[in-house]
Amino acid sequence: MMEFAYYPGCSLEHTSSPYDKSVRAVFDKLGIGLKEIEDWNCCGATMYMSVKKIVGYSISARNLALAQKMGLDICAPCSSCYTILKKTNRHIQWEPKERDKINEALAAADLSYDTEVRIRHPLDIIVNDIGLDKIKNRILTTLDGLKVAPYYGCQIVRPHGEFDDVDEPTSMDQMLTAIGATPVHYPYKLRCCGGVLMTTEEDLALKLNHGLIAAAVDNKADIIATACPLCQMNLEAYQDKINKRFGKKYSIPVVYFTQLLGVALGIPPKDMGLNRLIVNPKILSGYYKEALV
Amino acid sequence: MPIVAESLPKRENELREAFWDQVSSFPEGDKIKRCLQCGSCTGSCPVSFAMDITPRETVALFRAGMIEEILQSKTIWICASCYSCTVRCPVGIRVTDSLYALKRTAIDRKILPSHFPVPALSQAFISSIKKYGRNYELGLGFRYYLRASIFKLLSSIGFGLKMIRLGRLGLLPGKIKRINEVRAIIDKANQMGEH
Repeated sequence: MMEFAYYPGCSLEHTSSPYDKSVRAVFDKLGIGLKEIEDWNCCGATMYMSVKKIVGYSISARNLALAQKMGLDICAPCSSCYTILKKTNRHIQWEPKERDKINEALAAADLSYDTEVRIRHPLDIIVNDIGLDKIKNRILTTLDGLKVAPYYGCQIVRPHGEFDDVDEPTSMDQMLTAIGATPVHYPYKLRCCGGVLMTTEEDLALKLNHGLIAAAVDNKADIIATACPLCQMNLEAYQDKINKRFGKKYSIPVVYFTQLLGVALGIPPKDMGLNRLIVNPKILSGYYKEALV
Repeated sequence: MPIVAESLPKRENELREAFWDQVSSFPEGDKIKRCLQCGSCTGSCPVSFAMDITPRETVALFRAGMIEEILQSKTIWICASCYSCTVRCPVGIRVTDSLYALKRTAIDRKILPSHFPVPALSQAFISSIKKYGRNYELGLGFRYYLRASIFKLLSSIGFGLKMIRLGRLGLLPGKIKRINEVRAIIDKANQMGEH
């Protein structure tokens, strides 16, 4: 059985619990093991690494060291954790001196790390390891007629571009097509949502997210699919503010790509946190009723 | 490497040296010397319209011996880390990482834009990790808004309650079991200096 060390990350514990639930449910359904890294800590996020480099990398590396002990590669659904953990790996490989420094810090906790763990995003695992042919054989409901804006966000392909093109990624589009949905033309699929700027520079972030929603609606999308907790939160939770600020009446559901896959696989909506969204994805109800029969 | 220029003031030279130090501490950091001033970074940046100094201008100003202006700008704190500039740069400059290097230089030298709360968020985040090992979202938001804007804090209450009702905001911080390990790592790494 295919198995990964699961690194949920802080957002998936709370604000993005629907992402956590749906990743676990989908992987379980597809027979892929997810063993949560016991006692994992925050990856440090951009905020730590950008202001305190070696400290940031060292706490990030604790998670890598724990996964190395498990003898498994990591599955990290949060795009930010995914990029940070990959950057940590890259940094340790780059310079023996830096590897030594980080290992010296890890030694304070009786840990060590020698870059044997690969960091994988669930989208990569689903499309490239499981494969879309297998997915097609497992689906109970095709999402016929559902028009989806595939929003990749930034850090899933940038800066590393390990499993998809940095300018024109297609893996999510392919997955959506495989489950019968229609990915709409979405020129902003890689445009930044502003991430944490929603907290620090709200006006600016509202502008960015207004553009992202408008592009999805203008291209006739019923729903936006995301692969990152920050993107989902900004696009969903701030729609009210965007409407007020720009005089609009948007009410477009913003889901995780794993929730759409789960609907197609016949997973009950509550098991994927579809009841925990702010903008109710009513349009999906037709599809999961069918799946539950 | 032309680190010190005699024609520049002492303080500028010190800051430049600190910056070069930072730049040499991550992969391909020194590629910044190859900048063509083509503007691909600024053109691909989704937030450059809101910056006081654009990404391209930071390199131009640095070359002109005006690093202090860069450190005082909001630019390095507005960067959302989308890495568009990094994948677009025709000469392979790690633009995002270079902005981080400027950030670290700014914090290290305590040269920060005035009346600007963003560095406070970074500090609040760091202390949350040291305390709990994980990011305590509610506490972080509270501490940040308390410092940045009471008005925003009050206007976020409704939103917070909605998220709690949906089971998407933890009321209490979740502390990891072996927090001592994280603290030991942080302390040890801190002893090694800023980079």
